[in-house]
Amino acid sequence: MVIEYPFSRTTGPVIGAFLTGLRERMLVGSRGSDGRVHVPPVESDPLTGEAVSEIVEVGPAGEVTTWAWVNVPHAKHPLDRPFAWALIRLDGADTPMLHVVDAGSIDAMRTGLRVEPRWNDETEGSITDLACFVPVADGEDA
Amino acid sequence: MRDVAVISFAQSAHVRSEEDRNEVEMLMPVVGDVLGKVDMTMADIGFTCSGSTDYLAGQAFSFVMTLDGVGPWPPIQESHVEMDGAWALYESWVKIQLGEIDTALVYCYSKSSPGDLPMVMTRQLDPYTAAPLWPDAISLAALQARALLDAGKITVEQMAEVAARSRRSAMDNPNAQLAWDRGVDELLKAPETIAPLRRHDCPPISDGVAAVVLAADGAARDRVERPAWIRGIDHRVESMHLGLRDLTDSVSTRLAGEKAGVAGGDLDVVELHAPFTHQELVLRSALGLDDHKNVNPSGGALAANPMMTAGLVRIGEVADRILAGEAGRGVAHATSGPCLQQNLVCVLEGNG
Amino acid sequence: MADLTLPAALRDVEAVRSVRTPARLDYRYTPGTATSRFLHAIEQKRIMGERCPVCRKVYVPPRGACPTDGVPTEEQVELPHTGTVTSFCVVNLQFYGQGMEIPYVSANILLDGSHLPIMHLIQEVQADKVRTGMRVEAVWVPDEEMGPTLESIKWFRPTGEPDVQVDIPGEDHGTGLGSWVGGSPPEDPRAAQTHGGDA
Repeated sequence: MVIEYPFSRTTGPVIGAFLTGLRERMLVGSRGSDGRVHVPPVESDPLTGEAVSEIVEVGPAGEVTTWAWVNVPHAKHPLDRPFAWALIRLDGADTPMLHVVDAGSIDAMRTGLRVEPRWNDETEGSITDLACFVPVADGEDA
Repeated sequence: MRDVAVISFAQSAHVRSEEDRNEVEMLMPVVGDVLGKVDMTMADIGFTCSGSTDYLAGQAFSFVMTLDGVGPWPPIQESHVEMDGAWALYESWVKIQLGEIDTALVYCYSKSSPGDLPMVMTRQLDPYTAAPLWPDAISLAALQARALLDAGKITVEQMAEVAARSRRSAMDNPNAQLAWDRGVDELLKAPETIAPLRRHDCPPISDGVAAVVLAADGAARDRVERPAWIRGIDHRVESMHLGLRDLTDSVSTRLAGEKAGVAGGDLDVVELHAPFTHQELVLRSALGLDDHKNVNPSGGALAANPMMTAGLVRIGEVADRILAGEAGRGVAHATSGPCLQQNLVCVLEGNG
Repeated sequence: MADLTLPAALRDVEAVRSVRTPARLDYRYTPGTATSRFLHAIEQKRIMGERCPVCRKVYVPPRGACPTDGVPTEEQVELPHTGTVTSFCVVNLQFYGQGMEIPYVSANILLDGSHLPIMHLIQEVQADKVRTGMRVEAVWVPDEEMGPTLESIKWFRPTGEPDVQVDIPGEDHGTGLGSWVGGSPPEDPRAAQTHGGDA
């Protein structure tokens, strides 16, 4: 039995800005009342609950704050070869976002690793416009 | 506040895959059992609340069909949560506090076997930025484990100890699914499945059912000798975004524990809903129970993890020991969402 | 809602307003013992209901439990392939996943000897000629297409027998919810009709 939903979701201006950024191959976050930048952006300030008012550019590179290594990828995973899930704190952001790192082998992964985005050839305004992150060549770890 | 107690608890023997029976057929004997233990019928029940999720069955409103199992005629007062049965218990407790009813039937169940459970659970994540990546439940738990290891808060040996102790305790639990006796050294020889987690750090996939009867004041005292009184119950939720949370500390469990009054006395038994070994260590720390000697005598979620049910089973396991006179005071915990996002803490006590 | 300031590079491009997030999950569904028995019988061109030991009602398709008494319904009852239309609707709208050519009739059919109607299709009659009380019989797919599925019954068609009176569920004992006018049931369901009720 197959359950299949062709969902098309409205985004609102904040998530819309994030996805517009992805379509333009740019990473953005939201700045809150205390000056902290959240990626992905949040619609309301986590401290005050007020609507967020500023979207700012972050990255493109960042550092891995935690990671997990998948030896046998599932058919639904973003990559079809062993890869790392990671929380990645982009330069200029205060919170990390979830994505994958195509590091090649578990030995190349570590917390603090500097990574940068690899974009799809075609972008449409979706989290999957980011094919993955890759280690920055000759990057200095955090 | 009214005095509300668990007066009866029943569960199925949890299995990897229930091949023959559907959810209604699995539920009926457990409901019969939980009511039968206290000589009650549906006519004695003021409110029924269930916990389950249709995503496990792959069928919209499947929980409505399961109501056949309790015989809802004449029409009953009934509610449902797309949550673990522990939250169905919370809703029932609130309704009793409002004075509208004196008794409630809480049931919950899951058949996880029909679907690809780790992938089904991705549907609870942020639909724009996380769910489209299909990050399965094990991978997300592994991110939390790595963060704890990096912070020096736990070691893989400690994780393996939790795995070994849980499955060894489960050997005394006829309803548990995974029960074995292996040493930490042997366990650590196994390869990492989704690093840093090994197979023993992860829960089994389980099909199972559980049910509880709640009763207030005299309705409880008249039916059992030692009701398991709920002295405190509270639940808190953290942000949906993993990056907005400190994955190495369960602040919601800490706060829920304070509000529920965990520290108000000695605890004879503790049942923590920790599907992953590292999560038991986080929860112990959040509740101030790092050295407690009687955690998860049932084996916990590492021995049987029926979705939407394992949390209520924790409450039931503590309640059963109080009802039987084996424990005086205990705490049960239930969790929901990735990496301990939402947590419920319940303190139960036997006297009075 | 407060205005949102954007980085310069995003100010003049068309904003993303929606995103496709298709989701697909595969399941290996277990129908349960009652439904399995029913479907195996269908494959043998037999329609089997189950009777509740308490209220004695016969349910088809059976679900293993009586929805009123909450007890297992194990007694097997073979039913004829004929029944009465208790309700129906004519579908005129196209929708995603639809298998039939519009307009078509979907109906509740009370098989003779059972107490809950099943839902199926009515064909071999013009849509505007279908009515409550119409007598119908099952039409099966060719033998080589038979399988353990309700689709082994292609549809129901009129038998040509005279219409029968269809009782409204609950009209003799009520639901206890007090929904009748004046709070009491009509003396005779047919008498209610002569006072301008449904034809």
